[in-house]
Amino acid sequence: MSTARGIVIVGSGQGGVQLADSLRGEGYTGPIDLFGTEVHLPYQRPPLSKDFLGVPDETGQDATALPIRAEKFFVERDVTFHPGVGVETIDPAAATITAVDGQVLPYRDLVLATGARNRALRIPGAELAGVHSLRTLDDAAALRADLLTARRALVVGAGFIGLEFAASARAHGVEVTVLEMAPRMMGRVLSPEMSDHFHGQHTAAGVRTVFGEGITEILGEDGRVVAGVGSSGTRYPADLVVVGVGVLPNIEIAQQAGLAVGNGIVVDEYLRSSDPHVWALGDCCAYPDARTGALIRLESVQNAVDQAKILARTLTGTPTPYAATPWFWSHQGGNRLQIAGLIPTDARSVLRGDPASGSFSVFRFVGDDFAGAESVNNAADHLAARRILDRSLPLTPEQVADPTFDLKGHSRTSPVPAA
Amino acid sequence: MPTITYHHLDGSVDEIDVVPGTSVMRGAVAGGIAGIVGECGGQAICATCHVYVRPEYLAALPPLSEDEEEMLEETAAPRDPERSRLGCQLKTGPRLEKIVVDVPAEQ
Ligand SMILES: Cc1cc2nc3c(=O)[nH]c(=O)nc-3n(C[C@H](O)[C@H](O)[C@H](O)COP(=O)(O)OP(=O)(O)OC[C@H]3O[C@@H](n4cnc5c(N)ncnc54)[C@H](O)[C@@H]3O)c2cc1C
Ligand code: FES
Repeated sequence: MSTARGIVIVGSGQGGVQLADSLRGEGYTGPIDLFGTEVHLPYQRPPLSKDFLGVPDETGQDATALPIRAEKFFVERDVTFHPGVGVETIDPAAATITAVDGQVLPYRDLVLATGARNRALRIPGAELAGVHSLRTLDDAAALRADLLTARRALVVGAGFIGLEFAASARAHGVEVTVLEMAPRMMGRVLSPEMSDHFHGQHTAAGVRTVFGEGITEILGEDGRVVAGVGSSGTRYPADLVVVGVGVLPNIEIAQQAGLAVGNGIVVDEYLRSSDPHVWALGDCCAYPDARTGALIRLESVQNAVDQAKILARTLTGTPTPYAATPWFWSHQGGNRLQIAGLIPTDARSVLRGDPASGSFSVFRFVGDDFAGAESVNNAADHLAARRILDRSLPLTPEQVADPTFDLKGHSRTSPVPAA
Repeated sequence: MPTITYHHLDGSVDEIDVVPGTSVMRGAVAGGIAGIVGECGGQAICATCHVYVRPEYLAALPPLSEDEEEMLEETAAPRDPERSRLGCQLKTGPRLEKIVVDVPAEQ
């Protein structure tokens, strides 16, 4: 065991692994210890609800996890990876961590990249066989095994993961019903126009959606699910239930250490927590939005990876505030959604392109200020929107609505220097 | 079994055997081959799996999709108008038993 004080990273997911990589890239030569509760080699989560659940391609092989980095990365980069070893407590005064296997490790700097976990459904029947949530590779493998024999699936929650699963299940020929308490799909993040488009696409693919409906109970026979009961009292027969009702940040170890927490581990623009040698990034952290200063928490690969890259600079002596433009994608059947920017739910929508064509965008404005864009099957619009946000270029609703306006050309112009 | 060969700038070469259906990106990520990242997991939206395909293999490749075309304008290393592709969009299989690529300087 190393006793030199180095950088200890808690959480071997997307952000933790990127940080280890970027620290070496920035020239850090001290010890790096990476702890992860999961025993697997770090893997990418996004494919778990997409390709991993899909139907086999023409070569008919089984899905395998997509690693974030291969095993030899840890050797080559001299990163001490502790698979299956969770960190239990932090002692900020002594600058040490204690792991489940009892080891106590001192740190110079500690980075919490603990991610998030799925919100559990606390209703009768939630523990029945055939009821799944989807966060880890183990979850996905279990779900995939059930999907291969399922006939009728019930999805609780019309968010990204529930809908990605719904699309995959339809590809397997499984009947799918989605229950959603809100009046529309992905309503927390998408414009009404884009929600409606996705509703139409899922309906056309044979997914049935019931809005304004929660779930109150799951019924079983011989320990296996046979139906769900909606808040309206309706009984939905199902041999498979997938619950996707949001996530909770993993903040407990930070909380026990006395660090400031809220909806996430609270950090400043340098990703520093309330303790000067403890930092947080990714799904678990609440950080100030560079534009508004409001504390926000994002769940995306972009956010975890970009924060890791920035923090590596800060930890190697070049303090760098985090201000990247958020972007996100979701793939549901033949529809690829891409979102650029952090868009308030009450933003105004301006359509670009024709939804009927299956490839269009909704540009969103707060007052006359461009806030971001949602695009479906339109990478060109998405990338232009990202460049415009990155460079703080002006963009008006009139320009967006004008089909002859050269958006891509505009996105490549240089920003006007501040006077 | 298909093979994918990766040539690096320093002259080193990695050649790997893969099961059919493996993409040039996945082969590299799973095989620990430096210089290919695959941040988006193969969705053609991150451009961190950029490779230059050796000319003799270009004819066997699937055509560029509009999305791949757009992403290729965002690569960190310069795009080669003929040879640049996204590694995640190049899947080995009966039509692509062998492919040789050059790994760019950065992603
Ligand atoms: C099914 C699925 C699909 C997704 N699809 C997309 C998508 O299409 N696009 C997108 O941008 N994002 C997607 N996401 C979200 C994306 O995967 C996350 O935002 C990203 O992984 C966050 O990275 P992270 O490092 O913060 O956390 P994670 O990658 O979740 O890693 C955190 C790790 O920390 C470990 N850990 C927690 N506590 C401890 C402890 N005390 N000690 C040691 N280890 C600990 C956890 O076990 C976990 O392995 C998806 C997520 C899921 C689950
Ligand atoms: S892996 Fe992201 S574009 Fe290929």
